Amino acid sequence: MFDYLAKRLATIVPTLIFVSMLIFGLQQLLPGDPAHVLAGEEQDPTVIAYLRTKLHLDEPLPVRYGYWVGGVLKGDLGESIRSQQPVLALVEEKLPVTLELAVMAMIIALVIGIPAGVVSSVGRGRWWDYAANGFALWGLSTPNFWLGILMILLFSVELGWLPASGYVSPFEDLRANLAAMIMPAFVLGNAIAAVLMRHTRSAMLQVLSADYVRTARAKGLSVPVVVIKHALRNALTPIITLGALEFGTLLSGAVLTEQVFTIPGFGKLIVDSVFNRDYSVVQGVVLVTATTYILLNLFADLASFVVNPRLRK
Amino acid sequence: MTFARFFRLLLPCLLLPAVLHAQTLRIGLAEDPDVLDPSLARSFVGRIVFASLCDKLFDIDEKLAIVPQLATSYEWAADGKSLTIKLRSDVVFHDGEKFDGAAVKYNIERHKNLPGSNRRGELAPVSGVDVIDATTVRFNLSSPFSPLLAQLADRAGMMVSPKAAQAEGDKFGTKPVCSGPFRFIERVAQDRMVFERFAQYWNKDAIHFDKVIYTPIVDATVRLANLKAGQLDFIERVAASDVGKLEAEKKFKVAHITEIGYQGITINLAKSELAQKNPLGRDARVREAFELALDRQGLVQVVMDNEATVGNQWVSPTNPYYVKGIPVPKRDIARAKALLKEAGVPNPSFTLVTPTTSEAQRLALVVQAMTREAGFDVKIQSTEFATSLNMADQGQYEAYVLAWSGRADPDGNLFSFYGCKQPLNYPGYCSLETDALLAQSRSARDPVERKKIFEQIAARVLKERGIVYLYHRNWLWAYNPKLTGVRSLPDGLLRVSGLRFAS
Amino acid sequence: MAAVLEAVPPKAPLQAGPWRRAGRRLKRRRGAIAGLVVVLLFIAIAVFAPWLAPYDPIETSWSAIRKAPDAAHWFGTDDIGRDVLSRVLWGTRASLLAGVVSVSISLLLGIPIGLAAGFLGGFVDGLISRIVDAFLACPFLILAIALAAFLGPSLTNAMIAIGVSATPIFVRLTRAQVIDIKVEDYIEAARAVGNSPWRVAFRHVLPNIAAPLIVQSTLAIAAAVIAEASLSFLGLGQQPPSPSWGSMLNTAKDFIDSAPWMAIWPGLSIFLLVLSFNLLGDGLRDALDPRQR
Repeated sequence: MFDYLAKRLATIVPTLIFVSMLIFGLQQLLPGDPAHVLAGEEQDPTVIAYLRTKLHLDEPLPVRYGYWVGGVLKGDLGESIRSQQPVLALVEEKLPVTLELAVMAMIIALVIGIPAGVVSSVGRGRWWDYAANGFALWGLSTPNFWLGILMILLFSVELGWLPASGYVSPFEDLRANLAAMIMPAFVLGNAIAAVLMRHTRSAMLQVLSADYVRTARAKGLSVPVVVIKHALRNALTPIITLGALEFGTLLSGAVLTEQVFTIPGFGKLIVDSVFNRDYSVVQGVVLVTATTYILLNLFADLASFVVNPRLRK
Repeated sequence: MTFARFFRLLLPCLLLPAVLHAQTLRIGLAEDPDVLDPSLARSFVGRIVFASLCDKLFDIDEKLAIVPQLATSYEWAADGKSLTIKLRSDVVFHDGEKFDGAAVKYNIERHKNLPGSNRRGELAPVSGVDVIDATTVRFNLSSPFSPLLAQLADRAGMMVSPKAAQAEGDKFGTKPVCSGPFRFIERVAQDRMVFERFAQYWNKDAIHFDKVIYTPIVDATVRLANLKAGQLDFIERVAASDVGKLEAEKKFKVAHITEIGYQGITINLAKSELAQKNPLGRDARVREAFELALDRQGLVQVVMDNEATVGNQWVSPTNPYYVKGIPVPKRDIARAKALLKEAGVPNPSFTLVTPTTSEAQRLALVVQAMTREAGFDVKIQSTEFATSLNMADQGQYEAYVLAWSGRADPDGNLFSFYGCKQPLNYPGYCSLETDALLAQSRSARDPVERKKIFEQIAARVLKERGIVYLYHRNWLWAYNPKLTGVRSLPDGLLRVSGLRFAS
Repeated sequence: MAAVLEAVPPKAPLQAGPWRRAGRRLKRRRGAIAGLVVVLLFIAIAVFAPWLAPYDPIETSWSAIRKAPDAAHWFGTDDIGRDVLSRVLWGTRASLLAGVVSVSISLLLGIPIGLAAGFLGGFVDGLISRIVDAFLACPFLILAIALAAFLGPSLTNAMIAIGVSATPIFVRLTRAQVIDIKVEDYIEAARAVGNSPWRVAFRHVLPNIAAPLIVQSTLAIAAAVIAEASLSFLGLGQQPPSPSWGSMLNTAKDFIDSAPWMAIWPGLSIFLLVLSFNLLGDGLRDALDPRQR
């Protein structure tokens, strides 16, 4: 296993290099001159010239890449041109928000998805299979932003149960925090619940379709709990793998959901920065989240090793 | 019970009303402001926040007249090349530093010299500031410049603490220290900006809130939902389509304020060779036909739900500088078709670059439909903001839907747009005679004289139609009816002085 | 999106002629049949839109702005007086195209790259895998937004952006399948006989790894439809005046309170189409996985 670990760790470095090149390239190649965007309404040519020099915009791409990577290796992710905050500070500010949203969404996904998958696989073909399937699929099939707006209209405007938007730190006011986060977490968690449900169901069916189980059921006997537990354990591997991947994706910020619910997390920051051509922010934040994703990937693979001895060769 | 004990029990009760009166004003903004440094700031929405944070030398009132704020009075020299300003003596910055003539000098120099400062162009004719004494300064100008007062009633007139500015340099925006009614507490990007009442504010009797919190919420529907759910007390830029229902429900107050800016279509006259390749850019008759094919009232009705005023000049028809001799043209399809025939292009085709905002998209679609009747084939090219700025700057466009937020002095809506080689002159219009007239309008101080000059300018630029002005939008605010003292200022910026919750 | 599309491929023992058996299994899953029927229905709507739509989808009417559904306009009208029903019907084309074309691009790019990585192994495989990992580590929507912004806002560019952003998933899937299969006897036999690697790849390998790819494609179409809606929501997709459900939702979001019908019908259509593709994909996965007889 340590062999495997060493090999995997070795692949992380080139992957990260590619990530940095990818995100850098995508940003810098966007049409439009950031100096113009950042020069605001007045478009003063002196300001534009100053910004072009400050952002090294007149230098060739590889040189700019060099500046950026050099900074990153020293721990300096640059600063937001728009608000002048250091990118690292922005990351620190928004990480807790995105993290909380991701954790809440994952909890909701697990709470809905796994039982739905279990129910669906055990009650195969019966009405609760379809019901569980349907509910999970519904989450997957509705655009996030759409569901979000509808929920705001229903729960905030019409019923007044939940706040329409905004974020309150849990250390300031836990109730307000949860009230504000529950809707976006649900919108996000729903979609993941569907995926988890499918994989739980599929993995459980691998066990539950075994001959002895089918025979028992054909005889009219119900499936013993011990078998269900065994099937569930079989499902753990894909659930962990998938869960880690989804969590990693959530950490990149739920772009549209955050926009609709005005949650100040990574997603909203990245999108706004793309449109404002605030390169450093996009590059820095995506680099951080991509690294986290890759590490989570590694963790998931290792965890699968631990859970499923058959994977060890 | 002894008297002493009685008092000790009573005291907290007496303080209770004070505690209960710790009031917070929560304002919803349509965007997240950029940097909170008056020299570097570049967005409209930032000015709303500055209204609480930074006082200016002057301010404007509902009639766009200049009123004193940090300054008490002003006097032009006879030759118009210097302006003497008297200052208040009781003003203190948020960090305790005294506001005086030296501070004004420092600030003006900072506005002019800080690298990346967006105020340089606004203060270009100011060659220097002399400090006469602690409460008197003299602005020296290289040439007479009447818009100066209007500039000093905006960001160029905002005064920051020299001590803090020197300490922070260009990072000042992360911890601004000004002299306004509220001081900066914290800012979480894209989440909120929190300000607390400044106890030593010179006009503290007009301030009835202890805290102001600005929250940017980009989606207008969500912003309104927040207001309705009671999480906000005031929101700006309500969607025009929501106003009808809001007013019918009578639960919130709505303000309609005609802006000092405009919405229009900018046409490439000579910014690049693209202009000559297209009949719209090439031939003035085609442009006239285009304008005649538009039904401005219809546009206002369909695009803005009637929350706008039709216009055809850079100031609205109610503005004192509006040239009454050139009224808003009525739609005339027959004449439009005749002009096109005369020009030899019965079916001109061009691409209209449109920002991705909801209003601009609607506008483009309606313009497309309206002008089709005269034979125009308008193609809509939806372009993201950043890209469109570049395109306009390089002249890589034929027509462009572009709005302007407006400035108090008409020069602010005129000079940068029609002066040869000026940064906002996207049409590429250039005429030495117009430049001379523009310079004259800046030197003249008498409003009557300026009006005559503006009439001449209007006669020249409007017939070229580098910008086809369409309408002047209404600033739409919605707020908690308990909020009183809301002043409808045409610049669309909420002033916090005088605001209070009626009990 | 990455893990949504990540199908965990079952390791299937290969049998000759599994398709007919799969077809029978598919027929027994009612959810999948329902999904298939709805998908076919939408395809029919897309093809016959010009005849089905009561009005021209881009025809405006100043007097009929934001009218609630009534006899003249079954789905109501939008903010510049266009008939919502007609726009929904015509919009089916854009959404279906967005789904199908994007996934086709992903397949066209992803399968050859995945085959190369799986077959060639070694340095090429390592390089490709690292690049794919890098793509997958970046948030899908960010990639798509950046690409769409780079190419310019239009439906075609949105499809390209989505297709390219989703390619890594197919590369990874294909590669995993190839690695599993290339050690099988009949593949080694085919190589030994002297077939060129490409011939082996396309004639022998591809048909046997088709099953998970088909399943993934169906699910990817569903995700692509949502991605198009998301890009349009941000202003980067279908341009006016052409209708697409995503851009209709983008416009409608400003009028949710005053004209909810503008958003309900396109939203419902997206939901139904995506749901059907998901059901179909689920059914195909169940049918094509021989272990779930």
